[in-house]
This record gives sequence, C-alpha cells and structure tokens, in this order.
Amino acid sequence: MNEQQLAITIKRLSHQILENHVNLDNTVIIGIQPRGIYVSDQVVREISQLIAPVQVPYGKLDITFYRDDIRKEILLPNHTDIPFSIENKNVVLIDDVLYTGRTIRAALDALLAFGRPAKVELCILIDRRFSRQLPIQPDYTGKSIDSIISQKVKVLWKQRDGKDEVVLL
Amino acid sequence: MRLSVKHLLGIRDLTRQDIEIILDTARQFKEVLQRPIRKVPSLQHITIVNLFFENSTRTRISFELAEKRLSADTINFTAGGSSVSKGETLLDTVNNILSMKVDMVVMRHSASGAPHFLAKHIPAAIINAGDGINEHPTQGLLDAFSMREKFGTLEGLKVAIIGDIMHSRVAMSNIYLLKKMGAEIMVAGPPTLIPQYIREAFDVRVEYNLRKALEWCDVANVLRIQLERQNQVLFSSLREYSLAYGISKRLLDSLPKEITIMHPGPINRGVELDSDAADSKQSIILQQVENGVAVRMAVLYLLSGGRELN
Repeated sequence: MNEQQLAITIKRLSHQILENHVNLDNTVIIGIQPRGIYVSDQVVREISQLIAPVQVPYGKLDITFYRDDIRKEILLPNHTDIPFSIENKNVVLIDDVLYTGRTIRAALDALLAFGRPAKVELCILIDRRFSRQLPIQPDYTGKSIDSIISQKVKVLWKQRDGKDEVVLL
Repeated sequence: MRLSVKHLLGIRDLTRQDIEIILDTARQFKEVLQRPIRKVPSLQHITIVNLFFENSTRTRISFELAEKRLSADTINFTAGGSSVSKGETLLDTVNNILSMKVDMVVMRHSASGAPHFLAKHIPAAIINAGDGINEHPTQGLLDAFSMREKFGTLEGLKVAIIGDIMHSRVAMSNIYLLKKMGAEIMVAGPPTLIPQYIREAFDVRVEYNLRKALEWCDVANVLRIQLERQNQVLFSSLREYSLAYGISKRLLDSLPKEITIMHPGPINRGVELDSDAADSKQSIILQQVENGVAVRMAVLYLLSGGRELN
C-alpha cells in the first residue's frame, strides 16, 4: 500500500464513520497508543474539515496497564489523554493493525474507567484476517489481508518513519 | 527497557536512566489518578506486605493506596502488637510472612541497612520505605517528580536542603537523586546538624546562614526537626532553632525572587516552617503528597515484573 492508496483509504474510513454518525454531537473518537494515533490523527483531521466548525471530541488511550501479558513482561506506558467523559457516548476506537484482538480487549477494559459508553465501534486500517485469538471484529476496515503468523505487517508514517506506507514482511 | 535493579533499596543504586523511567511512568499513573475510576488491574496477581517497624502516616497510607489502585492484595504489619515484641528476629518475621506467598515487601525500619539485609536473604522484591538515617528513596523520587513537574527539568535547578541533614534519610535520597539528575545542591542548617565531611563526600555547597541559602536557591526543601532522634543537645531550644532557621512568610516576601517551598511532612508548624509560609502559594507540600501515590505506583509496577503463572 503506497502513500496515495493510504490517503484514499483514510479518506474513505472518515466518510464511513461520518455516514454512520450523522449526529456527531454524541460521538467521540479515541486512538489507541502508540501507533493507532497516527491513523486517528488523520481521520480526525479529515472529519474536522468535513464538519467544520463543529469539533469532534478526540482522545488518546494507552492500554499498557490492562494488557493480559503483563505478568510476563513489564512494558513502559504511553500517555493517555481523554479529557471528557464517555458516559452514554458513541465511541469510535481506532488502531492501525488488528491482529490477535488482545489489544482491543484491553482497550475495551480501559475505556470503562472513563464511563459507560452507549456503543463502541472499531475502526482498523489493516485487518489481518484469520489470526484472531478473541471474538473481536472491526466495524470499519481499511484493508483486509491474509497473512501467515510468521509474517509481519508494518505501517509506516511520515512523521515517524519518513514515509507513508504499509508493508508485509 | 527495564530497571537495572530488582529491589528499591536506595537511590544510591539507581542509574539516571532508572530514575527517568520511574518518573516518566509516574506521570502516566498521575493521569490514571485523575480518571473517573482511579484503578488499573495491573498487579491483580501480586500480594504485597507493608512492614512498618516504625511510625508513619503519610508513607504507609500512600503505599497502601498505591497498591490498591494497582489492584494488588495487601497485608499490613505494624511492629506494635506483633510477635516482634516477643523477640522474633526480623528474618524470622519476614520468612513467616513470605511462607504465606507474598511477592513484594514494603518495609520501614529504624535500623539503617535493614532492607539491604533482607534483600540478601529472601526472594521477594523489597521496597525501602525509610531505613534509619540512611535513605527514603520513594520520598526522594516524589520530591524529584514534584520539582520536575514545576520546573520541567532538574538539570541546573538550584535546590537547598534545609534543616537536620545529619539525621535525615530524606536528605540523603534527595542528594543522591538530584546529583544524578544534574541539579545543584546546597545543604543549610546549624553546623551541629550538618555532617562535617558532607562537602567533600557529595560535592555539595554548605551554608550556615538561612537567608543566604534562600537567596541562592530556586527550591527550598525544608526538613522536619526530628524530635525523636535528638538524643544529644544539638541546639539549645526549639525556639532558638526557629529564630535562626525557621522560615516565615515575611522572610520569603523579602527575598529577591519567589522560591518554591517543599517539606516531606509532618511539619512542626512554628519550628522549621511558619503556618503562613507552609500554607502560602509558594508551597507545593500538598502536591508532593498527591504525587507520592503516583510515584509509588510506578515503583511497584516496575518492580513487579516477570512472574509467569504456574
């Protein structure tokens, strides 16, 4: 997936979210740290342009303290910044790659500390099908790929890696 | 990235990177404490015993709260009313508690080096909550966290530690930590309460005049006069100490710049710090207490690692 395809995909995801959330006043967008926020930053920018001057509440969630493998290894946390309540809101969670589903499981747990949402949806840039370990599926998918476990999917971002690109290693 | 140590016995053993990891992690835990639900499940597989062989309010409550916010199971032990009064040794007491499957030990003890002794003999992770006149590492860390929060960095910050340096484990942990993080340190107080070779040993400034110390510093970390540790007469009366080294609002207002006041608590009001100075805008004493929980969560979280379920 090159830079242009990536930009088009992000645009499509943004329009799809907007289509399902016409009444954006009850919707919030939350990106998952660390790499999901590169997707959510762009989706939020896209949506903001479409609905200006209205702003959609946007937060960042770190799930380190909720991981189910914390017993094996202590990881250093990233910053969580959700300066609003999600009580009775429609939450759109955004991450870059959906693989085993364990990150999203942790994110659903972590979200509860900020209130009881009316509904949670999942938006994913790259869905690695057939590799799920938990019953979790995306509502918005950028691209589905069939990959074997030994392969790796890497999403590169200009701000961090010098170019926008998705590669299968 | 992980800590270079298995226990937190003192700041002396930590690297600069360890300190940065702890302070950065504490920042994230401070955010956790602002959430509507201030609790994470990270340590729900861990049991922690709080062994307090010496009195404490702040530190014990702060550790207990930190443990509960991390979902750990906790047991509290205080020396009064225990078998310690029947003559049980420290190692026996701890081994008996550990045989009930405890993963981490938080300990305060009046003997310097008690947690170091324990670390050599038991498998659990040990966190020193103050040992005699040696160190109080989590206090040093929360002081550093509070200073960094206020000033952005510790590099080049001028910190005066004022009062009973001789008997203060808080002073020791502060000196080790601030030195590693590149701050400038001055110790100030009456000559009888400042160890003679401290300038050579730690490369710190020494000042016997309170006003000069306050004029020099950005932050004054004011120590408690430890009435329980004064078995010799090191100054003639509390009133005399207060006249020469007590900090009042009037004194603070007469300084050329506004400095920040810190105190590890409990304050002897009217001795080392007047009420109007302790409660002034320049004081961040209550923020220190708030930050203490986040810093202790970070320490417990980082030292809990690597335990596979069997």
